[in-house]
Amino acid sequence: MKIAVSMTVNGEHAVAEIEPRMHLADFIRQYLQLTGTHLGCEHGVCGACSVRVNGEVVRGCLTLAVQASGMQVETIEGLSRSGEIADLQAAFVEQNALQCGFCTPGMLLTCAELLARNPKPSRAEIRDYLSGNICRCTGYHAIIDAVENVVKARISR
Amino acid sequence: MTLSKSLPTGDNETTGIIGRRLPRETARRHVRGAGRFVDDMSLPRMLHAAFLRSPVARGTISSIDLEPARQLPGVVGIFIHSDLAKICAPMDMPQSPGFRFPDEPQHVLAGDRVFWQGQAIAIVVAQSRAVAEDAVEAIGLHIDQHHAIANPEEAIAAGAELVHPDIATNIAMTLQLGPQEPSGRSNPMASIQFTFARHSAIPLETRGVIASYEGGTGGLTIWQSHQMPHQQRDIISRLLGIPEHKVRIVCPDVGGAFGVKLQSYPDELAAIAVSKVLEQPVKYVADRFESFTSDTHARDHRMSANIVVNPGGWVEAFEADNLVALGAYAGYPRGSAGEGVQSVNMIGLPYGIERLKARLRLIYQNKVPVGAIRGVGQPVATTITELLIDKAARAIGEDPVTFRQRNYHAEDSYPLTSAGGLPVERLSSRECLAKLCSLMDYDRLRAEQTTLRTQNKYRGIGVATFAEITAPGPQYYGPLGIRVTSQDGATIRFESSGTFTCVVAATDQGQGTEAGLAQIAAHVLGVSSSDVAIVAGDTAVTHYGGGAWASRGIAICGEATRQAASKLRDSILRHAAMLLQTSPDELTIAAGAVCETTGKQRLSLKELAHHAHFRHDIFPPGYAFELTASAQFTPSMAYFMANGVQGSHVEVDIETGIVTLLGHWVVEDCGTVINPMLVDEQIRGGVLHGIGAALYEDCAYDDNGQMLAATFADYMLPMASEMPDIHVGHVETKTGGSTLGAKGAGEAGAVGAPAAVLCAINDALSVFGTEIDAQPATPAVVMRALLRARCRTRST
Amino acid sequence: MKPAPFDYIRASSMDHALATLSTLREDVTVLAGGQSLLPTMNLRLSRPGCILDISGLASLRSISESSHSIHIGALARHIDVLESAVIHAHVPLLRQAMPNVAHAAVRNRGTFGGSIANADPAAEIPACCVALGATVILKNAEGERHVPAEEYFVGLYESVRQPDELLVGVDIPKRPGQRTAFHELALRRGDFAVVGVAAMFSTALRIVIFGCEPFPKLSPVGTHATSLADEESRTRIIEQAVVAMDPLANLHGDADMKREWARVLLRRCLADIAG
Repeated sequence: MKIAVSMTVNGEHAVAEIEPRMHLADFIRQYLQLTGTHLGCEHGVCGACSVRVNGEVVRGCLTLAVQASGMQVETIEGLSRSGEIADLQAAFVEQNALQCGFCTPGMLLTCAELLARNPKPSRAEIRDYLSGNICRCTGYHAIIDAVENVVKARISR
Repeated sequence: MTLSKSLPTGDNETTGIIGRRLPRETARRHVRGAGRFVDDMSLPRMLHAAFLRSPVARGTISSIDLEPARQLPGVVGIFIHSDLAKICAPMDMPQSPGFRFPDEPQHVLAGDRVFWQGQAIAIVVAQSRAVAEDAVEAIGLHIDQHHAIANPEEAIAAGAELVHPDIATNIAMTLQLGPQEPSGRSNPMASIQFTFARHSAIPLETRGVIASYEGGTGGLTIWQSHQMPHQQRDIISRLLGIPEHKVRIVCPDVGGAFGVKLQSYPDELAAIAVSKVLEQPVKYVADRFESFTSDTHARDHRMSANIVVNPGGWVEAFEADNLVALGAYAGYPRGSAGEGVQSVNMIGLPYGIERLKARLRLIYQNKVPVGAIRGVGQPVATTITELLIDKAARAIGEDPVTFRQRNYHAEDSYPLTSAGGLPVERLSSRECLAKLCSLMDYDRLRAEQTTLRTQNKYRGIGVATFAEITAPGPQYYGPLGIRVTSQDGATIRFESSGTFTCVVAATDQGQGTEAGLAQIAAHVLGVSSSDVAIVAGDTAVTHYGGGAWASRGIAICGEATRQAASKLRDSILRHAAMLLQTSPDELTIAAGAVCETTGKQRLSLKELAHHAHFRHDIFPPGYAFELTASAQFTPSMAYFMANGVQGSHVEVDIETGIVTLLGHWVVEDCGTVINPMLVDEQIRGGVLHGIGAALYEDCAYDDNGQMLAATFADYMLPMASEMPDIHVGHVETKTGGSTLGAKGAGEAGAVGAPAAVLCAINDALSVFGTEIDAQPATPAVVMRALLRARCRTRST
Repeated sequence: MKPAPFDYIRASSMDHALATLSTLREDVTVLAGGQSLLPTMNLRLSRPGCILDISGLASLRSISESSHSIHIGALARHIDVLESAVIHAHVPLLRQAMPNVAHAAVRNRGTFGGSIANADPAAEIPACCVALGATVILKNAEGERHVPAEEYFVGLYESVRQPDELLVGVDIPKRPGQRTAFHELALRRGDFAVVGVAAMFSTALRIVIFGCEPFPKLSPVGTHATSLADEESRTRIIEQAVVAMDPLANLHGDADMKREWARVLLRRCLADIAG
């Protein structure tokens, strides 16, 4: 069985006929070659597949592509191009808040959502919001530092 | 700053790049999602592989029906052992003294017997991974299941069934260290029995490979998420019978490795073999469930140990007996002995003891093969040592910091050979411990601990001394006949625009080796780090290299890079001197320009490069241009040794057993620090792995060899909410084994963190006269320790 | 892994959904937020032949109040419940419990009804519904029935919902003056509970110990336990609750350990309620 899907990805129209079993992360990676969204587990725990659907961060592997039909999808590539997370990206580089980079797109999307919902999170609140994203390289400390730095900079702006 | 005195550089102290916290170029790609991992890559006509894997730990395949699977649309081929045995030789281990290998080596696909749950039996290649998995499910497989050998104590009991009947025992190796006859003097002050759970290293990117065999040339190109491209080329070339120079391995971005991507795996070899058969690209990427049941494991120790302390409070000896559960086969190509050997021969190493007596037995099991995971046995040795040191200190009523300071090796005793027979160049334990106590405000934490006890809050402080073998020399694997090199090399080109390309044999899986090497080259050359591009991870292009393991990247390739940069700098100055009609001794390079030693700029590198590339007409005929310089470095020491001390501050909820981590500190001595940010972050990442070990991680198996924790729902990893802030300090004792003086820092966090946390827990529980007996120290483990104390109190 | 192939029907209306359930019954599986179903499908632990996606039924998303109760539509997401002013004002137990449910990305899609329909024994929401004396609303092509939450769950992942029924929402009675408490033991933030306790005290004390038995049950503590002020009453209640437990051993602990933890969490909950 193939289902027609039609969605907007990073502002561009994406149309395809796909098996309903294809999850959104695979659709983005395979049909659109947007490979910044990664697969770390496919059971919804690691967060490497995080994407934004209608403005909210979701697990790309726990959303069927057909369920995103008619919706606005944004990936790390789109958020990069628009400049929306430029300060977070710069802070991550500055603090070495990433090493292998595999968790980083998902981590950045989650950080962006945290700051959109809570512009002045405490260190503990930052940890709490990121508690659904696995990083195996950094031990999280540098990531928390990077987000804190962005919070301070945004407040002073 | 002493660094610039020991290194010949073009720069003075004020503009030295070594030692600076420079951000990594690579990071700029990854924050945009522009990484290129194996699964991001696609080739024309590429097929996707999936594996039929054994659902049972031990059994005999009675029948296998591939027909229903072949019928599925999109399936291109299905291969079993008999198909691939002709294409790919078995993974034959070189003989290793003392280690018993089975007569029948491991083939890439199981023959008629299966040895662990997850072992690959058949490979399906299809137009998509989903279809390949559908086909795997359609295969009719019948296995006669036999009782699995899944308990190491049972495996060595008389009459136990055998994992490999041709070996006649389940004991793969026995090692005895130290005097075996009873000393007569042994009067242990303290003993423990401690279990270490089995681990998987869990890089977030799973293993993956794309193999592309080209029929016309007989050449094979492979993109692999791996730490060791040259080792892989050697193995793949030999096992598939393709000349080495026709095999090219490229390691693109690698999403973490931690020792898992050090081995050669049968499933990856099978996918490569199929590419050769079909002459089409084949991609195989393990999914997370496959990773759990096929990535090499480690840890899984049952240790009983004593500490002998004389009446003056001096530690005399450690004695240990360790039973280590392996898997069904040795990890390939390095074997499975390293984890066990280092878990005993490193016991007590930082301390001035007289004797180490140990017995190690490595036991075959019907489980995933055991390999080398970050730390390789050293975390276990460190944990046992530090738990016993604390126990001894408590027994004589002495503060554990004071006890340690007294018992470290005397400062003037280095270099020395440890009681376990290991050469030790120099440890800075005392300095690190003093610095740690200051960093963590040890005295204040102790005072708080006492106060809070009166309010029924139980905090614990753990201090753990560690030493870590890094950058091993050729003696490590050479005598065993294992084709793993200890060399690395670098070639630096002076480009036509005055910038540099540095081609290095080292590989980078996120630790920042590439950035560190660029800094070393830039420092020596006298330019900015951003003027040096790094090329790495491609066997067609780089020096033969040893890859990334045992924290060797900067230590060894850094030295090669330093040497190559030094040679190139000399050439550049020679060319400049020729152009400027002066002597090279009058010149130096600073801030991207050739200058007189007084500092006066004479010629930019851009101008010099233009002349050196395009104006040979103004140089004397026959002038020797050297615009590229190479160097290769092999350490001559057995290894370098990094060391340090870690501190952990915890609170134990004595009603639930939950341990909350309040803070973690590391003072690390890895010699010359190239980029403190890279070192700090590697330490922190290692601490994450160590904390996972101490509190959360367990590849639990049932008695039938079935993995009970094969998803992230059951295998627990510490996440951001569980992790504390990790504060890092440095001491720098250069190694004499290289001019660079850098030792390596990648595993230190993992080596010492479990000990610090477990010691902290025991410190919190000490008021109840109890201690934990296992890692991970889950709430149940902590509760059992408390319940034991309660029972003892009741019965007295 | 990739899921096994399945047919897919997108419910265009409530009638369409109910008609599909009526026709296909056990042969169709309902998909809402997918946060419980899709992981099992991705692992091929479950392989439905046909999926009915109800996530488009907007009428099921609301959270509303009437004079006597709060209504949570089946498709209200965890994030909606967390942020709802109505819930905040009238259902303090959910206010206490919801931050423990999974992580932000899962809360952005996971649904209240989905959690109840999935009936994971270690999930917070089913236990809270039982403690709250909530009513589960089931609908089929013929009509609607209301099942008290404490009668809804009957076994491991099992409920009284029939194959032709759709869980459309939950009603929670308003209880002015109620006091609630929620404590769970989880190894990490956001994990399913190893053991948890949800408790509500208004006219009677309702306690649910969850996480270690096949389904959430109301503890048989005396419902006339009107005084929680003294330690002795509390201890009696705790022992009544623990004696009725039949905990399952698992990777995290054996039955006795679970009882021990339940005691601790009950003590903390009762202390919270007593103030």
